[in-house]
Order: sequence, then C-alpha cells, then structure tokens
Amino acid sequence: MKLEIKDLRVSYGGIRALKGVNLTVDEGSIVTLIGANGAGKSTTLRAISGLLKPDAGQITYNGESIAGFPAKEIVKRGVVMVPEGRRVFPDMTVRENLLIGAYLRSDRAGIDQDLKYVMELFPRLSERTWQLAGTLSGGEQQMLAVGRALMAKPKLLMMDEPSLGLAPLVVKDIFSIIRRVNQDGITVLLIEQNANASLRVADYGYVLETGSIVLEGQGRALLENHSIQEAYLGHRKSAIPASGKASSEETSGKHGRKYEVSMNSD
Amino acid sequence: MAKTAVQPINESRPGKVVSVTLTTILLAALALLLWWMQSAISDVYILKITRLCAINITLALAMNLINGFTGIFSLGHAGFMAVGAYTTALLTIPAKSKEMMFMIAPLIKPLDTLTLPFPVALAAGGLLSALFAYLIGMPCLRLRGDYLAIATLGFSEIIRVLIMNAQRLTNGAMGLRSIPANATMAWTYGVALITIAFMALLTSSSYGRALKAIREDEIAAESMGVSLFSHKMMSFMISAFFAGVGGGLLAAYNGTIGQDMFRVSMTYNILMIVVMGGMGSISGSVISAFVVTIGQEWLRFLDGPLTIGSIHTDGVVGLRMVVFAALLLIIIVFFRNGLFGTNEATWSGLWRSIGRMSGHKKRGEAA
Ligand SMILES: Nc1ncnc2c1ncn2[C@@H]1O[C@H](COP(=O)(O)OP(=O)(O)OP(=O)(O)O)[C@@H](O)[C@H]1O
Ligand SMILES: [Mg+2]
Repeated sequence: MKLEIKDLRVSYGGIRALKGVNLTVDEGSIVTLIGANGAGKSTTLRAISGLLKPDAGQITYNGESIAGFPAKEIVKRGVVMVPEGRRVFPDMTVRENLLIGAYLRSDRAGIDQDLKYVMELFPRLSERTWQLAGTLSGGEQQMLAVGRALMAKPKLLMMDEPSLGLAPLVVKDIFSIIRRVNQDGITVLLIEQNANASLRVADYGYVLETGSIVLEGQGRALLENHSIQEAYLGHRKSAIPASGKASSEETSGKHGRKYEVSMNSD
Repeated sequence: MAKTAVQPINESRPGKVVSVTLTTILLAALALLLWWMQSAISDVYILKITRLCAINITLALAMNLINGFTGIFSLGHAGFMAVGAYTTALLTIPAKSKEMMFMIAPLIKPLDTLTLPFPVALAAGGLLSALFAYLIGMPCLRLRGDYLAIATLGFSEIIRVLIMNAQRLTNGAMGLRSIPANATMAWTYGVALITIAFMALLTSSSYGRALKAIREDEIAAESMGVSLFSHKMMSFMISAFFAGVGGGLLAAYNGTIGQDMFRVSMTYNILMIVVMGGMGSISGSVISAFVVTIGQEWLRFLDGPLTIGSIHTDGVVGLRMVVFAALLLIIIVFFRNGLFGTNEATWSGLWRSIGRMSGHKKRGEAA
C-alpha cells in the first residue's frame, strides 16, 4: 500500500506547475509536503486524486498505475483527498455531508460504524448532525471536511492545508486528529504551510519549490535544517542552533540546489 | 468519554409514520376534491385551469431537478416539451385526421397509420425527449454557467426550427390538430403525483444527495468520488423525460400544437414557477405551480380594456406578460430563494409554525 510518484509533470494550459516531482508515501506513515504559495502542492494532490490529468510521470498505488484515472476510481482504491479550503456542501446538513463521503460505498453496517467513528473523533459534529454545514464555524467545517473524507474509508488520506485560517487551539486539535487517524491505520499525506507543526507530526517530509522537490528527509531532520528554518520556520540565520549540522546528513538537496549554512549573517 | 448520539443510516426520522399517514390523508382528500369538482363544477374554464395546474407541476418539477437540485442552469426546457408534445400528438391522432391534416406533404410511413394508447405515447414522448437530452448534453454539459444556459437555449431553438421544417413529420408551420383530449383530471394529476413521488424519492436517495453535492461544490463532490459528467447527464435526461411527458400532456390538453408554442418564453414561464417556489424545493414547485397558473389566468383582465382612475385603455395585448415579467424580476431581486428556498414543506414544520402562532396568541392574551 505504497504511493509512489515518479517524475510527475502537470501543466495548466501550457504553464508548467509541476516539473518532475518524485515522492514516496510508505504505508502507515505520515508524510508532509511543504512549500511556499504557488509551489505546486495542491497541484500534486489534485493530480494524485484524479482531478487533474498529468502530462507525464507515474503515479503508482499499491503497485497499480493510477495516473490519469478518474477521481471515482481513485477514491474507490482508498486514496481520498480533503480539498484545500474545506469545501463543505453549505446547503446540506452535517449528516448529508458525511454521507456524501460514503457515496461509493454500499456496506451499510460499515458506513454506520464509520459514522460513529467520525462522531467520536469530532464530538462537536455529533451535536450538530442536522445543522447546515454552511452555518458551521471555520474549525467545525474543517473537521467536517476531514470527517467526510474519512467516511470514504481511506487507506491513504491526503489533506491540503487543514490548518489554514484556524485558531492555534483548533490547529492543535487538527494535528492531534491527524496523529490519531494515523494510529488507527490510515496513511497520511499532509500538505501544510505550517511547516513547524507538520514536520513535527510527520515521519518524512518533502519540500516543494516552483514545481520541483528541492529537499527531503525525516521530519525531525528537516525541522532542524537551516535552510528550512530560514525559509519556512521564520528563524533568522544567526539563530541557527549548532545541532543543525548533524541533521543535514539525513536531508538531501535535489536538482543541483545547495542547502548549506551560509556564513554571512545580517 | 464523550457520549455521542449517532443516528444510523436508515433510522426513521421522528414522526415518520405520522407524516406518511397525514400525507396519505391529504392525497385522498385532494382526490376526493378533484372528483367532486368534476361533477359539481360545470364551469369548463375552471376545470381546464385546474388541469393546467397539474401539468405545470410536472413541468416545473422536471426543470427543478436540473436547475434547482443539480444546479445546472439549463434553458432548453421548451425544446424537450416540444419533442414530447409532437411525439404524443403524432402517436395518438387517429389516422383519418392525420391524412386530412398533412395537406402539403403526407406524413412519413409508419406514423401515418400508427396510433398508440395515450400512456404509451406519453412515455414514448418522454423517452425521445431524454434521447434528445443525451445528444444535447454531450456538448452542453461540458460547459459552465452562462455558457451552458445559452447553449441549451440555442439547442431548444434548433429543435423548434427543425420542427418547423420537417414538413412530412411535423406538418411544419401548420402544426397538428385533432389531438385526442386525453389530458383528463385523472391523467394530469396522476402524472403530477407520479412525478412528485419520483422526485421526492430521487432527491432523498444517495443519488439525489450526490446531485445536490454537485450543485454545492463540484470539486468537493468530485473528490468524494462523484463523477460529475455522468451524474449531470443522468439528471439532464431525467429532467428532459418529465419535460417531454409534460409536453405530451400539454398537447393533449390543448388539442392543437404548433412550433411557436415552444418558444423561449415557454421555458421562462416554467422557470418562473421554479424560481418562485424555490430552486431545489419540491413542495415549493408544487405550490408555486398553482399560484402562478391561477395568477396568470386571473391577470388576463390586463389584456382587455382597462380603466384605472381617469386612464382608459382599449386593451394592450401582452400587458399581462409585462406584469408577469415584472413580478418575476421582483421575486428574483427580493425573494432570491423563492417561497421555500431549498426547504420542503413538512408536517413537523407546519406543526412547529402552528405552535409558534398559538404561542404568540397566548402571550398576546396575557398582555
Ligand atoms: N486552475 C489553474 N489554472 C492555472 N494555473 C493554476 C491553476 N491552479 C494553480 N495554478 C498555478 O499553478 C501553480 C501551483 O499552484 P498550486 O495551487 O499547486 O500551489 P500551492 O503550492 O498549493 O500554493 P498554496 O500554498 O498557495 O495553496 C501556481 O503558480 C498557480 O498559479
Ligand atoms: Mg494549495
């Protein structure tokens, strides 16, 4: 149950958004993909989940090539996305939203059970089953979006910036849910701008920059990598701890880019 | 441990039995009323309008499925109605009448002598209409928003022009006459009831839920595994089927049809019912069909000579439609969601509002 992406290229009407992305998500792990605005993170997820047709490259899941499959076939195989910006169905109830998640399933008992599971994960949703999703708070909507995807019984759950625009406490909730879901056996591919939090929870991380992976490594190691700290964690160069050196062995720059500690401090 | 209240999928909502019983009683009462009207009311005009209401229910629900529930702004309704109307007419007019009617060129082969029972002809009209929807949907349903609306409107006009020119099939500009008057109270209300039941079942099924999901957010729907095109196509074809059946009823109701009946204004008429009742509300469309149909008849006086204060007109033909267009505008501007929005009239809702009203009264009495 491994997801492997090789040399994935995607373009929007001639404009290249992904210029050959390689990444691997091992079964049972949490993998994060971080990068600045416009780096191509969402594009990667959209291509995996079948919303976009890649120009070239391979996407294999569980040994099967799924590149170019319609979204439905990919959801059926257990690869499910929580889209960027929540995207709940506003004029439908919480319950209806969740049931749409289970649209391709026909095992009533299993659906009932997963409904229970989601309600237990998100007690706030269980109090609001008949409320219209559009009237939920931002945090509740994000929980609903995650819950809806869980209703599809994913083996690999892909989340596109679940913490976007949420208060710190709610972000904490979301991240503990990610851990919990992972402990329950679901592999997670997490896209985040919040590099700090996502690298902390992730087993492995990739850094995407203008359509290419420029860095990858163990979550902890990336967290301590200097260039990451500068670019995504808001640390100043002078504040880099000495421990950064050890970890730089575990991280590896790609595509000829050099990520080294620069000496000039400002 | 947080205690969680979970409703299983097929739980019966509170008072389901009560509401089914009440609905059955209501329907029985309605049937009795219609039956009584037919014998007690001798005014043919009132009976005709009553039947027209039922036909409009079918037509409005057909349109509501695609425009309201699926969120696809299609303006091709009149074309589908035309297909249904001509099919039903051609399959029910007696051979003798057809022979007399087709003066310029005779009707093509099997149709000239073929006559089928009314329900079969209606169904054939619906099916042919759905087939047209399939062909039109292939290019149109890949478009979005305004483009889709314009494209479907264009195809509807194309159907009309084809009808005008297919002399040997449709009798061209002369239209069809002597269509047997099969649109009885039983047929019009029977079909309306079937349509209501079908739409209610469809929209509360998981398939219907997927259609609503497409309306709300296509990307989210697709990422949950709802394939957009096939669902849109199915909704479009079902909508066209019922529009075709409604058109067939209209042909039998009118007795004569011509291509000019099925101009864009026909689509707007039905659209008005749907918008007024609430896009995505079945009960809204049903109630609105009565209000608009009766209202349109009642406003007929506007087309005749009028005296308002000192102003006197000898009758401006079309004033009624001007007033109606203005009403539609007002509804769209001020009551964007129509009577019901996407909600349904339910017994529990009625019960609650009665409760609220009596609550007010009590407080009023206390004061
Ligand atoms: N529908 C589209 N049409 C054209 N260009 C697009 C489209 N969607 C994304 N792009 C472009 O592709 C590039 C990658 O976009 P993408 O949404 O994948 O970025 P992202 O890494 O998710 O950014 P963010 O963190 O802001 O969400 C950007 O340059 C963007 O402008
Ligand atoms: Mg993005």
